[in-house]
Amino acid sequence: MEALDILARLLVWLVLAPLLPGIINKVKAWVACRQGPPVLQLYFDLARLWRKGVVMSTLASPGFLIAPAVAWVAVVAAAMLMPLGRAGCIFSFDGDVLLLVYLLALARFSTAWGAMETGSAFEGMGAAREVSFAVLAEIGIITAILTLALESGSISLASMFTPPPGPGAALLAVGLFIILLAENCRVPFDDPNTHLELTMIHEVMVLDHSGPPFALILHGAAVKMMLFSALLVQAVLPLAHMPLGLSLAAMAGGIVLVVVAVGLVESLTARLAFRRVPLLLTIGFLFCLFPLLLTWMEGVL
Amino acid sequence: MNEILNLLTGLAVGLNLLALGTSRLRLLIRAVAAQGVLLGLLPLLLEHGAMDWQLVFITIATVAGKGFIIPTLLHRAMRTANIARELEPFIGYISSLLLGAAATIAAVVIAQHLPLFPEHVGSLLVPGAIALILTGFILLIGRTKAISQVCGYLILENGIYLFGLLLIHATPMLVEFGILLDVTVGIFIIGIIVDRIQRAFDSLDTRKLTALHE
Repeated sequence: MEALDILARLLVWLVLAPLLPGIINKVKAWVACRQGPPVLQLYFDLARLWRKGVVMSTLASPGFLIAPAVAWVAVVAAAMLMPLGRAGCIFSFDGDVLLLVYLLALARFSTAWGAMETGSAFEGMGAAREVSFAVLAEIGIITAILTLALESGSISLASMFTPPPGPGAALLAVGLFIILLAENCRVPFDDPNTHLELTMIHEVMVLDHSGPPFALILHGAAVKMMLFSALLVQAVLPLAHMPLGLSLAAMAGGIVLVVVAVGLVESLTARLAFRRVPLLLTIGFLFCLFPLLLTWMEGVL
Repeated sequence: MNEILNLLTGLAVGLNLLALGTSRLRLLIRAVAAQGVLLGLLPLLLEHGAMDWQLVFITIATVAGKGFIIPTLLHRAMRTANIARELEPFIGYISSLLLGAAATIAAVVIAQHLPLFPEHVGSLLVPGAIALILTGFILLIGRTKAISQVCGYLILENGIYLFGLLLIHATPMLVEFGILLDVTVGIFIIGIIVDRIQRAFDSLDTRKLTALHE
């Protein structure tokens, strides 16, 4: 029974996650008055990639194949720690927030590793960009998590999402949204559509991957998107106090809302100039820092 | 009532960071104007609904002065000088944002160690005032264009005004009006000086003022 339960929850993450990029693309198409690819497009892509063979650079070591697998496992393990409203999470223990942060870092390291394996200077550049921006985004995530921990007095993801309504929650939502855009390589930080050398960050790193490893990378990106959306929704709405059905409905609605917002941002704004990216990330960090200050002030008074 | 007060003060502190992070002078001036309007509304809230005509008058004068007259003067100075952006600040935007955040945190910490009246302990008035003053200093030090420096000066003045609200019962209205008049005249004169600097040096960069000219 226990094993079945874990498997069912894991399937929810694995099966539902590829819907999100589909919704983003549909929103973008809708704003541009196009028909756009079907919402299920990523499922077709994954199935197609899974049947294909792998093309490997003569320079690459087996690390080229291992790295995407490690990244995928790390992201999925991080997702297993993230609760889904009242339904709870798959695994939980005291201090699992730290593990979440480190798993995301491990996933990023592996992607960068896979990119370096190709021996291409171009991919090395993408990895350098990704890692240097990630430093700034990570500060934001850690600050946001610190805020949530201070609010709830708990360092376990399962019980730390008890946000009190107020200006703090609103600030945190904006900050986490900016970080979500950066972490998931969306506009205005990175453009997932282009293959121009000046504008790519994440896309550069995965340019030479093909077949099943590439499918893993795409699926991992979708799971990461769902992970961050779930984090954002739960950092704002007190889902843990609602009844089960309502909580799940609010969770699903919230995630869809976040994803639609991402699509709208993507269609309505342009990509930022490269040197301005750190400024926006700093702003995101400050949006996460001020709720921390507010919580701390309430604690002291 | 205290909640709304804190919200308005918090918004004013948020506008500080907008002023620190933007390179567009138009946006900077708008942020300062919005801050002036927000702070101008505070006396009405502090009085807990006891409306006397003096208070309403002073509110209208402050909002009109800080929210409309001074920004109009600044916009005009910006147009005559024909600049729209601060290009080479002494302190970069990211550093000034982080400095501003550090100043805000420092303000909160300092305010908790000050011997305040019990009725002021829970409010954001004192930390907000200190944060505004420090932000004004950062803008004054860190920017090279005269108009940005004026905006820094205005934020500094807003901070002093916020501090003055603590003494709202003790300060005569004449003093408030005196300050407001001084600031408006000051901005008026600065507007003229900006124009002069522009004509003499073909730029609003105050660094050039230190170089000798024939």
